[in-house]
Amino acid sequence: MDLQIALLLGQDGITNGAIYALLALALVLVFAVTRVIFIPQGEFVAFGALTLAGLQAGRLPGTIWLLLALGSMIALIEGSLALRTRQFRRLPMILLVNCGVPLMLAGVLFALSPASLPLPLQVLLALMLVVPLGPMIYRLAYQPIAEASVLALLIVSVAVHVTLIGIGLFFFGAEGSRTLPFTDMSFEVGDALLQGQTVLVVVASLVLIVALYFFFERTIYGKALRATAMNRTGARLMGISGTLAGMLSFTLAAAIGAFSGILISPITTIYYDSGFLIGLKGFVGAIIGGLASYPVAAAGAVLVGLLESFSSFWASAFKEVIVFTAIIPVLIWRSWKTRHVEEE
Amino acid sequence: MSRSPHATAILLVFIAALFGAPLLLPEFYVTLLNYIGLYAIVALGLVLLTGVGGMTSFGQAAFVGLGAYTSAYLTTVHGVSPWLTLPAGLLVTGIVALSLGLITLRLSGHFLPLGTIAWGMALYYLFGNLAALGGHTGISGIPPLQFFELELKSGREFYYLIWAVLLLIILATRNLLDSREGRAIRALKGGSLMAEAMGVNTPRLKIVIFTLAALYASMSGWLYAHLQRFVNPTPFSLTQGIEYLFMAVVGGVAHVWGAILGAGLITVLKQWLQDWLPTLLGRSGNFEMIVFGLLMIFVLHRARDGVWPIIQRLVPQRERRGRSVEALALPRRPLPAAGSVVLEVKDASKRFGGVVANDRMSFRVRAGEVMALIGPNGAGKSTMFDGISGVDPLTSGAVSFRGERIESLPARDIARRGMSRTFQHVRLLPGMSVIENVAIGTHLRGSKSFVAAACRTDRAEEARLLQEAALQIERCGLAEQMYELAGSLPLGKQRLVEIARALAADPCLLLLDEPAAGLRYLEKQALAELLRRLRAEGIAILLVEHDMDFVMGLADRVVVMEFGQKLAAGLPEEIQRNPAVVEAYLGGVE
Repeated sequence: MDLQIALLLGQDGITNGAIYALLALALVLVFAVTRVIFIPQGEFVAFGALTLAGLQAGRLPGTIWLLLALGSMIALIEGSLALRTRQFRRLPMILLVNCGVPLMLAGVLFALSPASLPLPLQVLLALMLVVPLGPMIYRLAYQPIAEASVLALLIVSVAVHVTLIGIGLFFFGAEGSRTLPFTDMSFEVGDALLQGQTVLVVVASLVLIVALYFFFERTIYGKALRATAMNRTGARLMGISGTLAGMLSFTLAAAIGAFSGILISPITTIYYDSGFLIGLKGFVGAIIGGLASYPVAAAGAVLVGLLESFSSFWASAFKEVIVFTAIIPVLIWRSWKTRHVEEE
Repeated sequence: MSRSPHATAILLVFIAALFGAPLLLPEFYVTLLNYIGLYAIVALGLVLLTGVGGMTSFGQAAFVGLGAYTSAYLTTVHGVSPWLTLPAGLLVTGIVALSLGLITLRLSGHFLPLGTIAWGMALYYLFGNLAALGGHTGISGIPPLQFFELELKSGREFYYLIWAVLLLIILATRNLLDSREGRAIRALKGGSLMAEAMGVNTPRLKIVIFTLAALYASMSGWLYAHLQRFVNPTPFSLTQGIEYLFMAVVGGVAHVWGAILGAGLITVLKQWLQDWLPTLLGRSGNFEMIVFGLLMIFVLHRARDGVWPIIQRLVPQRERRGRSVEALALPRRPLPAAGSVVLEVKDASKRFGGVVANDRMSFRVRAGEVMALIGPNGAGKSTMFDGISGVDPLTSGAVSFRGERIESLPARDIARRGMSRTFQHVRLLPGMSVIENVAIGTHLRGSKSFVAAACRTDRAEEARLLQEAALQIERCGLAEQMYELAGSLPLGKQRLVEIARALAADPCLLLLDEPAAGLRYLEKQALAELLRRLRAEGIAILLVEHDMDFVMGLADRVVVMEFGQKLAAGLPEEIQRNPAVVEAYLGGVE
């Protein structure tokens, strides 16, 4: 291996690592706030990328049907609840948020031809189609059993994951897609060529991480999420609704997932089930951080990215084996640090 | 676990139907039943792990793969007999599961399932990329199983082997759960702290059932390899691992028969969906996973115990009543001489961050005396109990029990030395009967382990343990409720069950945390009478209680705590006159 290859692999590793870091942050956030281990995180990556690819190819992305279906289900549940408790005044709002917004988006999709829109608008449209799925899935799948054990919530996560994979296959088909690059620029660094898109991924990830930091430190909603993560009951007593915190954290996770997918889809071909592997690598990073520390999780994720790219050079067939067994030394180390018997 | 005549009849019909099935059914259904049997073996392991033990694994398919690949490799490359590759596969799986278990099981609950996802993926990619295992094309030409002259070449012949293995494993698992270790296993879900205080080594049990579940999976893999006579990585993927868990959860994750039911339901449903969905949706793909996923979410929302309990309700259950055989009484522990110091606490402190819950507490408890620890709420009495019994170790200070330092021992080792306790917040297993709950207290008085339990060679000891439990229940005045579910008793009676459980351990020091709370007047008198009798036998009793009449009428000596510190100590009459104590309880006169 010479320096040029090392630089190339390093560049590759850091790009992927940046994406894993974003996902790891979202996973830690969702787990801290809701105790949900968010396995379907990866599906948002794939949905984001494939929805954008669909828009660019002039196809109607299937995500809109999912949005309409989930919205109607929530409207049905919330609506009948409002009827039963005779809170008729809530009905228009319920219908507007859950059915109106998706219908409006569908209208936009039919009225405009998304393929001819400028790229930033396409990205915005793709995000608007995918991100609301996060809180909707929380409302339908998790919120009814929000107090259940971590184990039950995890099994629900896995169920949501396989459902979304199946739906993804149905909507986007088995063939993969790539989106148009955000930029064609490239830089020469020494002997190596630095792709503009790669730089963009890393910069965008960093910006997003800093933005998240300010969200948690400076805004009232960020603080509410942190409070819920520290002490659910205490936060509820202070008037922070657990459901709101859950919806919010799922919105953030969905946004981070979809945005990550949009960032990498010009570099890697994304298939309907690619998200799972990408999400799992974010997980490995998050586990290195013990599902608790944000900076350690992010650092762990970058490490996973580097490990992956360098092992693809030395032992490409065993790339996945190496990445997933990397979790074992981490678990051993964490196991040494734990001492007492826990009551679930 | 005895069954009603109805249930026995149903079981016999089921077994007869199983026996006749391959003689009557066409090939397609025999194959389907073969797969249901293979899947049920794996799902059974998950019942043990998830439904009973409160852990879970998405990686069981990888263990199936270990069993299948070990046999495939050894029989095709080295020509080893399939009968030898079975133990080889079990050994390989056992070693892998044991090491993975040792790594993850000490961490909090969610690391295990996450770990299983990771190594489920890792093993799958390993099967697909090792040239020696045939890569993604796999290994073909695996020899059939042979019983002397008979080669099990057809699915119909193999059927009997699969179902015989399954029924045997079900029988062994049921036997295991209805035993000393089985009760401890059932305590893992929601009662590990209590089990530790009763002397159960919970990390060891977790590793054992995790390994056992992996061995079941490996067994299924061995059968699969010789039924198909061809293996490739696909059936050992994470998706299949997830499907196994779905089977267990849909069928009824806490029930042994739920495994067969779930395997049957999911397998048949999958077959049916794979026929219909592609036509319905107009394209091909694994769309049945959409339905399975939605089904799982529905089950977890609406019927978390799965389908089996719903079926079970249709069959009338009969409860077992009365003591079966007179068994030999268990040997008692020699008690220390009356008046000798049993427990000595010296400068014991406990800090939670900045809060000092116990501050340099010192006192002694002697054999044959009742010592009361009293004080206002929040004085640190229960924390003191947790520190002494090792449930939540002290920050500093020394505790000597029968002349031996114990402050750094785990709770189970302290229990082994003859200390037993009750909990202020009752820690019973609500889904188990009173006698089973109390029998957990006898855990350290038996020695028969898993294999003995599975083969039922533990029955003599089991009868002695249950008799001891029944004896203590009667002693605490709960004979009427012996076979009721512990969770159905009123709180006062649940506290008595806690006392019976502590007594079943044959302690020489008994720590009772508010035993009289929630009892009525007559029940309190009976309890006081019981404690007097125990004292007369020479047992030392340390008591936390708020009922002053109860305490003052019973205790030999009293220690008063306030704000984590010792406020006063002495005879009950002295304490009642002590101005500092009066002020702590009633407030000073301004």
